[in-house]
Amino acid sequence: MPALLRPCLVLMVVLTLITGVLYPLVVTVAAQTAFPHQAAGSLVVEEGRVLGSTLIGQPSDGPGWFWHRPSACGWDARASSGANLAPVTPPQIQAWHDRATVLRATGLTGTLPVDLVTASGSGLDPHLSPAAALAQVPRIAAHRHLNPQQVRTLVEGMVQGPDLGVLGAPRVEVLALNRALRTLGSGAP
Amino acid sequence: MTPTDGLQMFLFLAVVLAAAVPLGWWCHRLLDGTWRIPGETWLFRLAGIDPAVGYSGGHYAVAVLCLNGVGIAVVMTLLLLQGVLPGNPQGLPGTSWHLAFNTAVSFATNTNWQSYGGESTLSYLSQALGLTVQNFLSAATGIAVMAAVARGFARSTTTDLGNPWVDITRVTLGLLVPLAAVFALVLVWQGVPQTWGPSVTAQPLASGEQVIAVGPAASQIAIKQLGTNGGGFFNVNSAHPFENPTPLTNFLQCLALIAIPAGLALTWGRLVADRRHGRAVLLVMTLLLVTALGSAWWSETRPVAGLAGLNAEPVNLEGKEVRFGIGPSVTWLVATTAASNGSVNAMHASMQPVTTLVGMALMQVGEVVFGGVGSGVYGLVLYLLVTVFVAGLMVGRSPELLGKRIEAREMKWTAVALLGPSAAILLGTWLACAVGSTSIANPGASGFSEVLYALSSAAGNNGSAFAGLNANTPFWNVLLGVAMLIGRYSVLVPVLILAGSLAAKPRRAADAGTMPAHGPLFILLVAAVIVLVGALTFLPALVLGPVLAALGSPS
Repeated sequence: MPALLRPCLVLMVVLTLITGVLYPLVVTVAAQTAFPHQAAGSLVVEEGRVLGSTLIGQPSDGPGWFWHRPSACGWDARASSGANLAPVTPPQIQAWHDRATVLRATGLTGTLPVDLVTASGSGLDPHLSPAAALAQVPRIAAHRHLNPQQVRTLVEGMVQGPDLGVLGAPRVEVLALNRALRTLGSGAP
Repeated sequence: MTPTDGLQMFLFLAVVLAAAVPLGWWCHRLLDGTWRIPGETWLFRLAGIDPAVGYSGGHYAVAVLCLNGVGIAVVMTLLLLQGVLPGNPQGLPGTSWHLAFNTAVSFATNTNWQSYGGESTLSYLSQALGLTVQNFLSAATGIAVMAAVARGFARSTTTDLGNPWVDITRVTLGLLVPLAAVFALVLVWQGVPQTWGPSVTAQPLASGEQVIAVGPAASQIAIKQLGTNGGGFFNVNSAHPFENPTPLTNFLQCLALIAIPAGLALTWGRLVADRRHGRAVLLVMTLLLVTALGSAWWSETRPVAGLAGLNAEPVNLEGKEVRFGIGPSVTWLVATTAASNGSVNAMHASMQPVTTLVGMALMQVGEVVFGGVGSGVYGLVLYLLVTVFVAGLMVGRSPELLGKRIEAREMKWTAVALLGPSAAILLGTWLACAVGSTSIANPGASGFSEVLYALSSAAGNNGSAFAGLNANTPFWNVLLGVAMLIGRYSVLVPVLILAGSLAAKPRRAADAGTMPAHGPLFILLVAAVIVLVGALTFLPALVLGPVLAALGSPS
């Protein structure tokens, strides 16, 4: 047993220094040199004010903004969480029902885009499907006294396709959309 | 969103199999001693290790237990004391004793079950110096043990199964560290944070305030995928847009979690000097993976009644991220439960019942469909032994695998290793149900699934969860901690004893009566044995959980 103890302890210390200290520090230095914006969290800063992160969904209620998907953690970016209810259980079905009621009250008709009814896995999903963004156009255009076609064009111009043409799903980043919306409201024809 | 699902899944499988070839070669070169680490001679001398000295099966097991035991002690100490240690810009307090126990065991056993939310519970120091280190070492441990078992088959009349310290050092520094460093940078390029600064306070456009947790995430995420660890930096793991920001990172992370286990099947073949056998092992795994993937995708794309009733698109996007969609979420679920990784990119609790059944079954058969790095292959060896035993009974010939005669002693230890984790799952589930628990979030059959899933995940050393279960209580932390220990060591120790027993025997040349350890007959027999053993053990429990939930969907 004592014969095992020395190799065990020495390896533990040396490998801890390499994988627990050296490795994270080297990665940090390389990352912050090559990709400083991403390494810091892809923050959006306007005139010294941090608006958020392009990667993190945020509260965007109010009739004049594009709404994010429902969040099970109330957009708390320190406590990411999904709802974790099975899709066959009454509490989950009730939650969908309540959200659909709110959406219908905003004047949405027809088939509801499913990402507006379901909560994301992270509670911080920064994206909407193109259909979910387009569905919100009439409400936003009416509230901001804009031409709906103008808002629709804005959305369509900001759709990101699947990565490399095949991976993932088409999507729109909501914070970018809302920022663009502001400029649209402040004087574009 | 379905037309590209099939293409994405096909692409995934193709790239996994293509990556297995060079990775299998790379691991073999490290394990057979062709490649050495610069400076290793110095390190071994410092540690009093003579690389030429081989260990016996029992001795090898004691060394591994010693290293993992010290690891558990270090992580527990870090977690209990993190409040007074540096590297803690959020000023998080030390954890409770039971969370420290559960987490330390979890990372040392390559399970990475998490009873806590990373961003709200652990300091940066705890994540890097405690968890990241164990991510490397527990993965290297699995690969080292696989190599020792292979030597038991490959060598004749010896007690020498190789040197555990040398194996672990070479795998850590020659394979895992370089791969993780490159992968971490790719992740940062795509948007994963890597900073030691505190959380950021933002003022969103619409109203209010949002505090955004950041941290040295990329370095941990790279190794948690590559080492089939799975413990996330953030609570929701790779569903979090910081942890897995784009469909490209999603593809690469999903590939990273299964590529080394796939490569190790080929390494196994090279180590036992029968490369056709290595390919057969990889094919068995692939066959079961494709079956699981097809079943899960079929289940998850069934229309959801609760959504259709509201005139919403009846697609189950609950708990999934828009950027991924259904196909990549299902692929990840299957890959992560198959490969004993346990990271998630969507909430498993919110998946359709039959989809969750596929995930549970993959964990319950002992994480042998690719499985954890190393542990997948040495777990599959148990099924190989059962297969030749059953085949031998059918034709009345004493069983033999890779030139080694399989006798009563080997079959006894095989039975111990197969029954240990299964007993932990079923008895643990019984205990949790008998005691009753207020931690369960879902009602009815889905609640039972939550319990069964938790025990399957812990004893299978997987680590994924139905995250509704509030597992951060003394009862659950201790129960799952014990299940993880049983799941890991009731397999690891018996396979090393087995390997020792096999190494002592002569390796005989195949004759006309030998069943070849490759070819369609062998592949189908092994796959059938895995399915049969799994079904006989777990079908009753699965009927009470996901099957009942699927049949009894309330309207």
